[in-house]
Order: sequence, then C-alpha cells, then structure tokens
Amino acid sequence: MKELQLKSQRFRAEREADWRRLEGLLAKVENRSASSLSDDELLAIPVLYRSTLSSLSVARATSLDHSLIDYLEALSTRAYFFVYGARASFGQRIGRFFVETWPAAVKDLWRETLASFAITFGSALIGYLLVAHDPSWYGALFADNQGRDFTSTTAELRNTLYSSGGGGDMLAVAAAYLFQHNAQIAIFAFALGFAFCLPTALLLAQNGLMLGAFFALFVSRGLGFELGGWTFIHGVTELFAIILGGAAGFRIGWRVVFPGDRSRMDAAAAAGRSAAPVVAGVVLMLVVAGMLEGFARQLIQIDLARYAIAVATLIIWLGYFYTPRRPRTA
Amino acid sequence: MTAAGAVPPPPKELRHLVTPEGVDLRLRIGSAGERASAFLLDFTFIVVGLGIFTALVIACFWALASLGAPDLRSGIGSVVAVICLLGFFAVRNGYFIMFELSARAATPGKRILGLRVAARDGGRLTAEAVFARNAMREIEIFLPLTVLITSAAGATDPIGGWLILLGLVWTGGFTLFPLFNRDRLRIGDFVAGTWVVKSRRERLSIDLLDAVQAPNRERFAFTADQAGAYGIKELHVLEDVLRRRDAKTMAAVAERIRTKIVWRRADGETDADFLTAYYGALRARLETRLLFGHRRKDKFDKA
Repeated sequence: MKELQLKSQRFRAEREADWRRLEGLLAKVENRSASSLSDDELLAIPVLYRSTLSSLSVARATSLDHSLIDYLEALSTRAYFFVYGARASFGQRIGRFFVETWPAAVKDLWRETLASFAITFGSALIGYLLVAHDPSWYGALFADNQGRDFTSTTAELRNTLYSSGGGGDMLAVAAAYLFQHNAQIAIFAFALGFAFCLPTALLLAQNGLMLGAFFALFVSRGLGFELGGWTFIHGVTELFAIILGGAAGFRIGWRVVFPGDRSRMDAAAAAGRSAAPVVAGVVLMLVVAGMLEGFARQLIQIDLARYAIAVATLIIWLGYFYTPRRPRTA
Repeated sequence: MTAAGAVPPPPKELRHLVTPEGVDLRLRIGSAGERASAFLLDFTFIVVGLGIFTALVIACFWALASLGAPDLRSGIGSVVAVICLLGFFAVRNGYFIMFELSARAATPGKRILGLRVAARDGGRLTAEAVFARNAMREIEIFLPLTVLITSAAGATDPIGGWLILLGLVWTGGFTLFPLFNRDRLRIGDFVAGTWVVKSRRERLSIDLLDAVQAPNRERFAFTADQAGAYGIKELHVLEDVLRRRDAKTMAAVAERIRTKIVWRRADGETDADFLTAYYGALRARLETRLLFGHRRKDKFDKA
C-alpha cells in the first residue's frame, strides 16, 4: 500500500479521479462534438470544471508540485473554454442569423449605408456627366474587355443586352464566376475599411464611376431604358450588397479613428463584431445576384419583366432589413 | 544549482484571465513565430487540398465522359469550372471560419502548434468575431500578395517602381501588424476582439514523492537545516531535473546539493535515490511552511 506523507499528496489522491474524468469528457467533446455526450456527461462537465478550478486554487496555495499545477491550469483552461464557450447548434445559429442577427446588424449600420449609397451614386452621376460631356472620358473610367465603347454600333450594343450567352453551361460558369468575384470584392471592401475608410470609399467610387460611364454610353445611343433593365435585374441586389459591404468597412474605419468613450481596442472590436454579420449576409446576397445575373437575365429578354424583378428584389430586401420588428425577449 | 529548464514563463507572454469563479487561468499568448508557422501550415494544407480537389473533380468527369455519356463531354469544361470556382471560394473563405468555430477553436495548423483562438474579454467566441477576424485576411495576406504579383509584372518605369514600393510598405504594414503590439494581435484579432493563446494539453505525470521508497526514507534522514537549504525556485528546478532523468545533469546537481548541505555519500547510494529523497524532504519542509503562510521564494529568501 502506498503511504502518503504530505497533505498535497493526499489532496491529489482524493481529487485525481475527478480530473481524469473531466479530461476524458473534454477529449470526447473536442474530438467529436458536444452532441456526442450523454445528458449526464454534459451536466457533469460544469460541476467537474468548478471542482477542478477549486483544486487549482488549493494546489496553488498548498502544493509545490510544479507539474501538477501546470496540469490543472491547462485542464481548467480547456474546461473554461467549453463551459463559457458558445454551444448553440449550427442549425440554431443559422436560424438566429436570418431571423435576428443579420437584419438587426444591417439596420444598425443605416448611417454608414447612406454614406456608402451616396458615394456610389454620387460617383455614378459624376461618371455619367463626364462621359456625356466628353466621350473621351469613357476609356479612362471603364476598361471593357468585351469591346463595348463609343466605336461600337448601336446594333452591337443592343445585341450585348439581349444575347443569351453561350447556352446553358456557360450560364452556370458565368453565374459562379460573377458570384465569387463580387463576393471577394465585398469582403475586400469590408477589410479595407480598417485603413481609415479611405480605400473603401475609393473602391465604391470606382464602382460608381464605371456604372455612370457605362450608362452614358448606352444613353447616347438611346438604349438607356433597355440598359436599366439589363443592369437592375441583378444590380439592385448586387449594388445593395456592395454598398452594405462598404458600409461595414466604414463602420470599422470610423470607430478606429473616432472610438468615442471607449478605448480604441474595445471600439474596434465592437465595430468588427457588429459589422461582421452584414458581410456574411452580403456574401449570400451575392449568391442571389449571381443567379439573377447568370440565369434570370439571360432567360428573360423583356425589359418590363426585368424591371419588375428589379423592383421586386428591392422591395424584398428593404422590407426584410428595415421593417420594424418586435424586440425579442430572451 | 544550474537553471536547467523549469523556467517559469517570462511575464512577457503571460496574460491574466480571471474566470467568473475568481481564479486566474494565466493564459500564454502565442508568439509571432508560432502564429506565422501555423498560418504557413494552413496555407499549405489549403493549396494541397485544392490541388487534390481539382484533380479529383477533373478525373471524375473525365471518367464519366469516357464511360460513354457523350452529351456529358461537351459540358465537362463548364461543370468543372463551376465546381472549381465555387470550391476555391468556399475553401479560401470557409476553411479558417469552419475550423475556428469548432469546439477547439483552431485550424489544423494552430492545433499542431498548440494554439487556439479566444475572445479577449474572456467571453464566448462568437461566429461574428470569427468571421470578422478571417475577413480581415483580405488586406493582411491577399492584398500584399496582389501588390507583389502585379509589381513583378509592371515595374518598368521609375515612377511605377516607387508606387509599388509605396504599396508594399503600406500593405506590408498590415501583414506585420502583430509585431507592433505586445499581444501579437493581427488586424483581424484587433477588429474581432480576439487573441490567439496557447492551448496546453498537459498530461498528469506521477507525483515524484510516490517514487520515494520506504527503506530510502529511513536511509536518507535529513536534518531540518539540510532540508531547509533551498527555496521553491530550486525545488522546481530539482523537480524538472528528476523528471528528465538525464544522468549527467543528475550527477552534477546531486554533487552540488551534497556539497551545500554537507552530506556524506554512503556506499551504494545512487544519485537518483539521493535526489528523489532530497526532493521529498525539501518539498515536505517547504509545504509545511507554506501551510503556515511562509512562501520561501528561493534560497536567498530568509522567511
């Protein structure tokens, strides 16, 4: 039989089984998931966590076994992250995101959204006026790889609005390409906000100038109305998404520069967390935009139908984001 | 005694996280080197994974087409393109997010280096925070990379060269951000309110006192003065020496202790036995004093 000389030895002998049990449960959680535990085990973890934490306090005060204290520190920390970590299931999180988090986050950014909107459409107007006044501006503002410029004939331009792409397969590629390209830009606009808003503003302005220049070209040929349908069938969703991505970037940049009452660190963290759901949602909006652009636009060739879809998407997004909701009591 | 290992972590990387129960968990911040290695590992995994993924997709469709589905053949190119485009996007943005949302809050690279992501305020690590910290990678990694790649293509005239240099300095600042703050926060951590800490998985090793055999306890009867020659710091160094069991170090350490406490070596007395017994005696003495409120830091502490 083992003879225990010291109090710290007896202490360890008495508590060791609990620690081992907690260690086993944590390994199970970390290697699989919380749902792999039975109810009893799940309820046992917080209890074991608290007893291990108290063991740690006792050990620090009475034991000089260094490796024991290290072990308890590491075990308590692992258990702490589990006990105080998020444990909502993936499905619950997704549900909450759509019902609550996303629209609330978008609504919260309304000021930044207005600024972002103003920049985009302000520069679109500038781009339009510049090109309408002097067509040589067009080449400077819009680099088109499909040969749409002032040397194109009206018929060619009209053709680009109603061509149906290269058959079903190419539509899918186009949709996938457009989606991932635009989504990356939206995430980029968000990230650039950190550099004091300026690069985000430039990105939005560039986007707007291109839009304006493009419109000026088509309007000069009397194709303005047709181009509107071609653009806005997906453009409502896409522009809205990019404006929101920019707004999220502005939120971060602004709070880093003007943290208000809080420390710069806290302000930046709060801004990042409040803006992140918006960007996650923006990626989803761009999936929709990619579908509309890749499929709907090629399949629907009637201007009024295109406008109808544009208006419908606008109403849906605005209604979804900005309808007042009863605050959830939770 | 030589300070062989068992050095307490330098206070530079130690952070205090007090749980709601009021216990300080003493987290350790992941160093810049570990962070960089973890990222390089993850980056390698992603590149290799995407390579295998693309090869598999192409092989699958090639096999399907050669199995005699002629109408499939015409569509192969575009289907492969769609799957690859979406797959690349999902992996580039989703890899870090999915892994950091799991119970271990760490990507495979971080797991290998023993790191995890945690909220700086000690609260829960939310999906928002994980998303924000990883979206920022766009300007930390991909922006400088883009500048670098375009610079390789376009540096012909002197003005362009200066502009590229400016761009590199500007974007490099984002990448090197972690080196300029003591918590090694990258921009993503800064914006998401997170940090990366060591996630230790220690094994509970034996209590060295259990190794003291009963006959030895009688053979090594230390006087109170002998048992009290050292403090806690030396005890921990001794513990480390005993756990490593390196014969050379043990011999050296045993020799110094024998000299210090004036202990005559008996016949057939091994260094290991002596050190283990002395460890037991020293710890017993120091722990007893600890119970009475005296924490003797080291041998110079006269408490």
